[in-house]
Amino acid sequence: MSLRAPLNQVLGLGTAKDGTGHFWRQRISGIALVLLGLWFVASVVSLGALQYDAVIDFISRPLNSVLMLLTCLAVAYHSNLGVQVVIEDYVHANGLKLAALILSRFAHVFVAALSVYAILLIGLGA
Amino acid sequence: MAEFRLPKNSRIRKGRHFAAADGSANVRRFAVYRYDPDSGENPRVDTYEVDVDSCGPMVLDALIKIKNEIDPTLTFRRSCREGICGSCAMNIDGGNTLACTRAIDSVKGDVKIYPLPHMPVVKDLVPDLTNFYAQYASIKPWLQTRTPPPPDRERLQSKEDQELINEPAACILCACCSTSCPSYWWNSDRYLGPAALLAAYRWLVDSRDEATGERLDELEDPFRLYRCHTIMNCTQTCPKDLNPAQAIAETKKMLVERRY
Repeated sequence: MSLRAPLNQVLGLGTAKDGTGHFWRQRISGIALVLLGLWFVASVVSLGALQYDAVIDFISRPLNSVLMLLTCLAVAYHSNLGVQVVIEDYVHANGLKLAALILSRFAHVFVAALSVYAILLIGLGA
Repeated sequence: MAEFRLPKNSRIRKGRHFAAADGSANVRRFAVYRYDPDSGENPRVDTYEVDVDSCGPMVLDALIKIKNEIDPTLTFRRSCREGICGSCAMNIDGGNTLACTRAIDSVKGDVKIYPLPHMPVVKDLVPDLTNFYAQYASIKPWLQTRTPPPPDRERLQSKEDQELINEPAACILCACCSTSCPSYWWNSDRYLGPAALLAAYRWLVDSRDEATGERLDELEDPFRLYRCHTIMNCTQTCPKDLNPAQAIAETKKMLVERRY
């Protein structure tokens, strides 16, 4: 039983004066993903059997390279925001929460960097 | 971590059965959550058979009949019995609602009655709402102004402006919405919950209030407001047919609007 007044506990450390940016960026990246997702699905369908050479040829075209880059970055960014919310929702131990948030951020940046590198490799015709 | 299973001493056991008196014609069974902290025992579910022909039509009528005629140890809150005080909020047939406005006939099979979910239980159907009320107090639910009131009359409001606060002001703070919200279950220490946020919205849209900016500042927080993930259980369960989910969405829109 805590001796702190209930209102004292609710007020806690005060407001972070933040959260709207996260909310807004999640919506914007979501809208971007709807458009990019449509393009991506249409592209995969149009490629048919997904032969290696055909896919490489498809991605190496400039517009496709750029759209593919944007898709991968948007997926990584949107997923980073979403996983952050899930961790904040369910992980309550402060140390573990912080560690999970940092790990998630690193993992998402790594995946984004990996996909950017791969697409540039194909797009720039290495 | 979030708790997905009840703690060991909160797991529910089978309780006692109270059979209907001989000659009862129209019997319904009520399965009621029982917990007495003084006994040191786990919670249990007692079943009561009630002759609904000699009972009022609402679930609260049956609970009162059980307490008066079958088992006086049954504990629950009630006051107005007409859906305006919010005291008899409980979980009936799997949904949070007011026992006084929920008809027995609307429930199929056994009428299962539990306290509001994921709250500390004081006794039987009585939850501890201390934190819930403190959250309400934290949003400063009163008019804040800088302009002094006119010397000869009250602060006036147009009919259109009054209509904006009509619905959110009708909240009776029964806590059905907040305790139906999974986000509130996991984070009620930091997330204000739909009831407090609906109350906050009622003051945000009050044309006479002059603390809108400060109120939005106080809400702008990843936990206080943004733990709402538009699950919408709040709106679905509200026994007064209010729409806390929409109020929260409108509050988020205001916060975006003032940035651009």
